[in-house]
Amino acid sequence: MATLEVEALDVHYGGVHALRGMSLTVGEGEIVALLGNNGAGKTTTLSAVSGLVRPTAGKIVFDGADVTRARPEAIVRAGLVHVPEGRRVFSTLTVHENLQIGGYLVRDQAEIRKRVDRVYSLLPRLAERRTQQGGTLSGGEQQMLAIGRALVSGPRLLLLDEPSMGLAPLVVASVMELVREVNAEGVSVLLVEQNAKAALKIAHRGYVIESGACVLGGSARDLRGDSRVVEAYLGGL
Amino acid sequence: MSQLIWNGLFVGSFYALVALGYSMVYGIMKLLNFAHGDIYMLGAFTGFAILGAVGGISPGMALPALLGVLVVTMGVTGLSGVLLERVAYRPLRNAPRLSLLITAVGASFTLEYGMRAAAGADPQVYPLRLGGTSAEILGARITLQQIALIIVAVALMVGLNLLVTRTREGRAMRAIALDPRTSALMGINVNAVISRTFFLGSALAGAAGVMAGAYYGKIDFLMGFLIGLKAFTSAVIGGIGNIPGTMLGGLLLGLLESFGTFWLGGEWRDVFAFGVLILFLSVRPTGLLGERVTERV
Repeated sequence: MATLEVEALDVHYGGVHALRGMSLTVGEGEIVALLGNNGAGKTTTLSAVSGLVRPTAGKIVFDGADVTRARPEAIVRAGLVHVPEGRRVFSTLTVHENLQIGGYLVRDQAEIRKRVDRVYSLLPRLAERRTQQGGTLSGGEQQMLAIGRALVSGPRLLLLDEPSMGLAPLVVASVMELVREVNAEGVSVLLVEQNAKAALKIAHRGYVIESGACVLGGSARDLRGDSRVVEAYLGGL
Repeated sequence: MSQLIWNGLFVGSFYALVALGYSMVYGIMKLLNFAHGDIYMLGAFTGFAILGAVGGISPGMALPALLGVLVVTMGVTGLSGVLLERVAYRPLRNAPRLSLLITAVGASFTLEYGMRAAAGADPQVYPLRLGGTSAEILGARITLQQIALIIVAVALMVGLNLLVTRTREGRAMRAIALDPRTSALMGINVNAVISRTFFLGSALAGAAGVMAGAYYGKIDFLMGFLIGLKAFTSAVIGGIGNIPGTMLGGLLLGLLESFGTFWLGGEWRDVFAFGVLILFLSVRPTGLLGERVTERV
């Protein structure tokens, strides 16, 4: 059974029809890349899955439970955590407080401490900066913090929205390495990226989305070799 | 001299209590809640009603009675604040800021004239006065009740500050103030936290209302109007949205008024207070402790 199943999802923003029959699945332990141009509906798909926007039609099933109309906090509690575009670190909260906020729904203080310590051992740079305000970190560090914060929630599926945005190539590589490590610990990942090359390097499967629906899907290897993908998203390499 | 300082700190602690609610609500939803002063008025009248229902209180029991009334009143005004947010502000969560502001002014009038309809337009004499034994401390005449009230006020403020800086709930409030949408992605129920913020702010204002009733001895349905503006001034002086700053602003405004009254005469007190407001808004709109957020994108 798939961890996440999105079936024929429709989303309207006012008069704009942002998603038109969007469907995808993420299997247990998979990294799935969602590729596409600006405005294709990638972020809208994630927002619908995490409960920030209400779909007008279709169905979202997480771990066998219908979460189509669930509230964001119920979705986080179920283990589905969305790391938003632009990292959205809480700028005047310290690094440590940012991580603690990730454990907002965890009642057991000892468990939060354990998870925060695990993030620190995974990302020693954050441990060094634990008392610094989140907004003072570099872009790459903020992205690490945003992912670390999500890990404290104890996710089984992470939605990552453009984690490579605005980062230098070397930093992109280390963010992708982090995603791979997190995945290796058993967390499934739905990875939205404009940087198709970086995403397909770590993904198992991928989808290409255009005008609010998937137009192509397959294994990462197949997509890397697909002439349409190469032409449109991989810069004709 | 020390009498002036004492009076200023005493009145300033009322201002600070009311200003905190102003500041917290502004911080979390960028709303200037003009009805906040009227919650203070509601607190004074709630205390009045409770004291009236209880009946005569012997002078010896004045302080314990006052503390009891304070607790009950805080609950009542806290819930009123929650109701106000639920009915007047939440439906406008995504509306333009100006609509919210106009609604706040409307809510203020509703509370004021609702109270006039319920309790009448004439000032009411508070059934509990703070008199009693006074002590001479550093040349200032201070009653024991005043000391007790200021201890209560300081304890409430310190408690609030600890709540906001140290607890999970406080972290959630600060997170929502920065970014409500991302806060929701952390599993924070944004509406619930906003409700609790209104509860806290309104409870503090209610406490200040009872204290003011007992201190000044008279209450009326418009008493919240001026103090609402004074609380706003306090918040601006200290840095609106900043909790320690707001407390500082309240105390400072109390002191300024106390000295201004002494030097210029009582009729200049409000001119002086709002002159300071204008000065701060034009010279340092972020207030004494407010800081610009540095953010890298």
